[in-house]
Amino acid sequence: MKNRLKDLRADRGWSQVNLADRLDVSRQSVIAIETGRYDPSLPLAFKIAELFGLAIEDVFTSPSKEP
Amino acid sequence: MTRRQAIRRYNRAVVVLSLLYVALLFAAQIAIGRYGLSGTAAYVVAVLPALPIIGIFAAIGRYLVEERDEYLRLLSVRQALVASALALSVATAWGFLESFDLAGHFDAYWIAVIWFAGLGVGSCVNKFMATMEA
Repeated sequence: MKNRLKDLRADRGWSQVNLADRLDVSRQSVIAIETGRYDPSLPLAFKIAELFGLAIEDVFTSPSKEP
Repeated sequence: MTRRQAIRRYNRAVVVLSLLYVALLFAAQIAIGRYGLSGTAAYVVAVLPALPIIGIFAAIGRYLVEERDEYLRLLSVRQALVASALALSVATAWGFLESFDLAGHFDAYWIAVIWFAGLGVGSCVNKFMATMEA
């Protein structure tokens, strides 16, 4: 699933480790989500969206809307 | 429980249980091999080295339950599935070879050894999949 996590993180000047600490996950998880290798669970997706003050669909692209 | 506590607890359990396994195996070999322990006591002593190994399986199960990082949990589950597939496949194939008298006897505890080796294969599979998906 495509997402804007890398851009949102970069906008705030956070490193992957910073983001991982804020989400209470490993850096491996952040890398896997950013590269679209791993789709987070709904609770983690909410946590990510809430951390950036956005709605889930502003962070993650619905697979049905992907080209 | 903090994020890294589950893996620390698992690592500690594996170290302690591995040391216990070596000690119990050594004791069982001396008791049965050297002193010729027999009867019910021999059965009990022979099973003792298996208990820490069973404990490691339980520690892996507890780690999978306690790991809060869902991605790391996914990697560990995949690793365990690869290990299980490898160990069961080797055991099944060897069983048929043995039943047709095409291979020698295979002590069943080797299945656990193959399973642990399979965890290493599973780790390689995780790395390979990460490379492929990147």
